[in-house]
Amino acid sequence: MANGVLIYAEIRGGELTNATWESIAAGQALAAALGTTAKAVMIGNGLADHAAKVATKDLAEVLTIEHEKLAMYTPDGFAAAMVEAIRDADPEWVVFSHSYQVRDFAPRVAARLDRALIGDVIKLKVENGQVTLVRQIFQGKINADVTCRTDAPRMISFQSGAYRTDAAKDGSASVRSIATEVGSVDIRWTAEERFKEVKGAIDLSAAPRIVSVGRGIKSDENLGLVRDLAEALDAEVAASRPICDNGWLPMDRQIGSSGQTVTPQLYVAVGISGAIQHVVGMKNSGTIVAINKDKEAPIFDLADFGVVGDLFEVVPAIIKKLKE
Amino acid sequence: MKIVVCIKQVPRRDDLLRINADKTWVDEASLSFEANESDTYALEEALRLKEKHGGEVVVATLGAADASKTIKEALAKGADRAIHMCDAPLVGLDAVATARSLAAAIGPESPDLIFTGLQSDDLGYGQTGVLLAEMLGLPHASIVIALETSEDGATVRAKRELENGWFQWVSMKTPALLTIQSGINKPRYASLKGIMGAKKKPVDMKTASDLGLGADALTSREAIGTLYIPVREKQTEMLEGDADTVAAALVSRLRDNGII
Repeated sequence: MANGVLIYAEIRGGELTNATWESIAAGQALAAALGTTAKAVMIGNGLADHAAKVATKDLAEVLTIEHEKLAMYTPDGFAAAMVEAIRDADPEWVVFSHSYQVRDFAPRVAARLDRALIGDVIKLKVENGQVTLVRQIFQGKINADVTCRTDAPRMISFQSGAYRTDAAKDGSASVRSIATEVGSVDIRWTAEERFKEVKGAIDLSAAPRIVSVGRGIKSDENLGLVRDLAEALDAEVAASRPICDNGWLPMDRQIGSSGQTVTPQLYVAVGISGAIQHVVGMKNSGTIVAINKDKEAPIFDLADFGVVGDLFEVVPAIIKKLKE
Repeated sequence: MKIVVCIKQVPRRDDLLRINADKTWVDEASLSFEANESDTYALEEALRLKEKHGGEVVVATLGAADASKTIKEALAKGADRAIHMCDAPLVGLDAVATARSLAAAIGPESPDLIFTGLQSDDLGYGQTGVLLAEMLGLPHASIVIALETSEDGATVRAKRELENGWFQWVSMKTPALLTIQSGINKPRYASLKGIMGAKKKPVDMKTASDLGLGADALTSREAIGTLYIPVREKQTEMLEGDADTVAAALVSRLRDNGII
């Protein structure tokens, strides 16, 4: 009989990810609400140090699956290993962070086990043992309560920031290595080393003030307006993804899940609706100002100060006022 | 080279969404629709590969009858033909059931490459492509931001976007599936000639029973319950008035709080 929660602890670039501690906090919370315990599993090669760190948390056990074929991430290797971990732990729930790595291999696990992976969950509600998960749909404009209709194992991935890293409770767990057949798995990928685009890369994480621009600017010819606002505020210019996709600003100015994560004292979002991919990169900013024509834009949920209006009227007026 | 591109029709980004009376979905009557954004990049990438290698681009769409508009647009841009899975039991499925339906339609085509967008702008599962690869027994790469193919089309080398500005190239043999990230290329517009030509291109309509999909295969594994507008967790001060008034209010708030 399946029971307990299995948490996936992710290694990326040889390090445990921050999101792993969030997943541990989420898994512990789910286990507590269901009156059960949580285990963690790690996949890779040479995991002893990382496993020791995870074992300082309040977990029933830390499982490791190690093999030279798992030294570098591949979806074939990691999906096979994760299925083995789930067979070993026989959990009721499996908890992941909604990272790019998880998005790459966890759906394969779901398909192999013929189960659902309820992805990008922001909140968990447990009532009388019935688990309801909250997902954002329509780019964060609407929330949906979602339930899982299958038997165990039921899988969830939590959005970055859904739980705090420091909410992971301390404890002491034993570490157990489980046998793997991954040696016989056909790895259909040849992966090259990870790299960063170094050319002109700018680090926005240290900027005290950022003016960020989104689709609302309509054309690259209008970017001067945003540059003028940034200059008047002594701020750096940044953007949401579509602006960089269009080549209007370089990719290294992009804020969000595929770009940079920033925490300036002041973040001014101009014509940005606040899709989750953007929000994860800026939500911990000090003071957030949002200017958008759509009063329902999710960016207003985060803003300290909101202006519903035409940015082509509002921004010049702000610049004028700042110069007075 | 035969390439299948999965395209989903979704509500336009700028449309104002209203939740329907029983709070199970949005009120679609007031919405207009368009191709999912990352799917348009996937289509463009397929059209470019066809220009390089020759072959055929086939569009696969799961959706109600009015998705024909989005299919027509893809044909006008240069896709050769389409498969439109259009049947009541195929509407409103979760990611697993959607992938199963796509697998039933695409599998017999035996394409060299399958492209999907990274995720849909409405439900945002971000899983359909990877699930489809698993169901068809194909290797995949997700979140692809650049693509190279060998001369003979037998291998692909894909640049994957990782988090925090990291990237990675991976190579694999075809047949394979790639989920395409927005920004990989500049999608074209349909030409007038393309629009005229699209009318003659074949669209193969498929029902669930044509695809051999029974109730079991089409049962969603996750159930969407109630929809609601997110509750504001932060106390947002909305500044109102004409541009000069809100500008003055904003600048004085920022100055008073020592932010600037």
